[in-house]
Amino acid sequence: MTKQVKKKPNWIHKDLLGLEYLSREDIELLLDTGDSFREILDRSIKKVPTLRGKTVVNLFYEPSTRTRVSFEIAAKRLSADVINIATETSSVKKGETLNDTGKNIEALKADVIVVRHNCSGAAAMLARNVKISVVNAGDGWHEHPTQGLLDIMTLRKKLGHIEGLKVSIVGDIAHSRVARSNIWGLAKLGAEVTVCAPSMLIPPGIEKMGVSITSNIDEALGDADAVNVLRMQFERDEKSMFPQQLEYFKMFGITEERLKKAKKNIVIMHPGPINRGIEISSKVADGANSVVLEQVTNGIAVRMAVLFWLSQVREKNCKNEDTD
Amino acid sequence: MKILIKNGLVIDPANKIEEVMDVLVSGTKISKVAKGIKVDSDTVIDAKDKIVMPGIVDMHVHLREPGREDKETVATGTRAAAKGGVTSVLAMPNTSPAIDCAKNVKYLKEIVKNTAVIDVFIAGAITVARSGKKLCEISALKQSGAIAISDDGASIDSDEIMSEALGKAKKEKILMICHCEDRSLSGRGVVNRGFTATRLGFRGISNESEYKRVERDIKLAEKSGTAIHIAHVSCRESVEAIARAKKKGVKVTAETAPHYFALNEEAVLDYNTNMKINPPLRSKDDVEAIKEGLKKGMIDVIASDHAPHTENEKEIEFEHAALGTIGLETALSVSVTELIEPGLMSWSDLVNKMCSLPARILGIEKGTLGIGCDADIVIFSPEKEWVVKKKNFASRSKNSAFIGKKLKGAVEYTIHKGEVVYKL
Repeated sequence: MTKQVKKKPNWIHKDLLGLEYLSREDIELLLDTGDSFREILDRSIKKVPTLRGKTVVNLFYEPSTRTRVSFEIAAKRLSADVINIATETSSVKKGETLNDTGKNIEALKADVIVVRHNCSGAAAMLARNVKISVVNAGDGWHEHPTQGLLDIMTLRKKLGHIEGLKVSIVGDIAHSRVARSNIWGLAKLGAEVTVCAPSMLIPPGIEKMGVSITSNIDEALGDADAVNVLRMQFERDEKSMFPQQLEYFKMFGITEERLKKAKKNIVIMHPGPINRGIEISSKVADGANSVVLEQVTNGIAVRMAVLFWLSQVREKNCKNEDTD
Repeated sequence: MKILIKNGLVIDPANKIEEVMDVLVSGTKISKVAKGIKVDSDTVIDAKDKIVMPGIVDMHVHLREPGREDKETVATGTRAAAKGGVTSVLAMPNTSPAIDCAKNVKYLKEIVKNTAVIDVFIAGAITVARSGKKLCEISALKQSGAIAISDDGASIDSDEIMSEALGKAKKEKILMICHCEDRSLSGRGVVNRGFTATRLGFRGISNESEYKRVERDIKLAEKSGTAIHIAHVSCRESVEAIARAKKKGVKVTAETAPHYFALNEEAVLDYNTNMKINPPLRSKDDVEAIKEGLKKGMIDVIASDHAPHTENEKEIEFEHAALGTIGLETALSVSVTELIEPGLMSWSDLVNKMCSLPARILGIEKGTLGIGCDADIVIFSPEKEWVVKKKNFASRSKNSAFIGKKLKGAVEYTIHKGEVVYKL
């Protein structure tokens, strides 16, 4: 019944848990598909029937606006039905466990669960306990693969390629799932990645992910083609690890002044939400080098690509089950 | 009742035996170990091409009774032990309530008497409720039957209370077993500190949190002249600290568990919570150090640290999952696979570390096939291979770090005091 003609690309993953677990070809397939879906978003009727009859459940254990809305729009643009479940309660405190919730969603005949959770590995655990597809929309400090994909997609659109690019990631690397997904994805596509943060916020062993490390912002900006500015999460409990906000801005904040020494066309990215005047100045955030809002739009396209390919695998699996 | 075990390769390092011989069991005791024994017996077991060794003395086991019978009981835990060739266990006191007074020791002894199929020795707590604050009545614990004391699962942070405890242990001539962990350093970490923790997005647990406490406990033990035993050694620096202490003549012994030489931190990379253990699975370098420590005698004992947990406590978010792996049923085969197969250790060495030495450290007459000793015997097929399967565990809990692993060597018979308590 599928209208989609079987293309050559071979997507085999039931779930999207992290960019660490994808090959370069997998990532390029998602980016290419994202590029072609991107055009739909500029149409006057922004909808295609690709996932008609499918149900996507957004299961969010952490507050999130942009990621949840982006997934919702992505699913709706593909004509899937979307259910949002937001819960502030983590399973250990009270109520149903994550696995039980997942199994119930499966029994409700949903096709995809998009899960955001404060525990690293929560998406992986859910994925091994349900047969339906699981998309990791951010798990603890671990990964946020669709954010990584949309960052890379934006960069590729802007600069035409990823191979050989110098990309710096600045900010709280230790507690950032965005950093990890970006590092894995960029490294697989052949970029040179530098992470820049106060040494307290550089996690041990990160160089083994193939990145260079610096605590000097000017060095990080030096010959970078792009910089991804992470949000400082001052609300975290380990306050002692964090420099004062003003001090941070002085030491690491991305300002016009600092950019004068950088490449003229350096691409400025930020996953949002932005703390203006802390990790980035307003002028830079709103300036000509900033692609912050393009990232948001591309996020929809790449999430459409993810939902699309996961559904293709599900379709294949279902058929196999039928013929067994 | 006589059992004659014929033509097995008898390994009994306590009596310096490693030879094909027969073993005769009369009643509950070993009555003869010799070649070509000819005697009328009720049972003859052909042990050709098999190893005949003393029953294992596992000095680090959590039987969970009383209080957490949903995880394990003395009945299920001792049956699991029998399946793994273990005929004596030391039950750790972190039950609910903790075994921190004579009354609780007696209560547990009663359960053991009624339900155990092997010998269960009891460790009492060092401090009341294992809180590290107030010392238990250690003389009363000993009089009621505890043969060691430990706050296992926790370490006593206060040097003063630790010193006081060491003094009492010395006076009472009771072994103190130390769980070495500085919580102010391990904090809320869940896996080994380093690349693995970074990759998974977890707080790490440093080697420092373990070896600093090993060093402190050794220092205090040296000062008071008390014998201590370091539980579950997992990292290089701990092995080195123990080596230094032994060289100096400090009365310190140490154990490690099979998972610390068979697995490294990379086993947690798919968030398998059965690999979440305390201390955590360490780096490859630490694994090498543990193997070396075993080989060179810095680590005296292999004990399972059998830590049963229900699936509800394990198959949840990794950072909330309970700590530990079961090990009674796999310890021997894992040790054979990882230590004997690669030629790191001889059979005599292994039997020493799993049977004779733990018995000696605990001061119990076990772990040997000497004439007149309890007939605790394991008959083991060294060549038989098997795959660890969840459904085959006798333990009430199934949280094994070795599920899916192919192991070399299988227990054929376990005999406890002359009675076959397990047969393959």
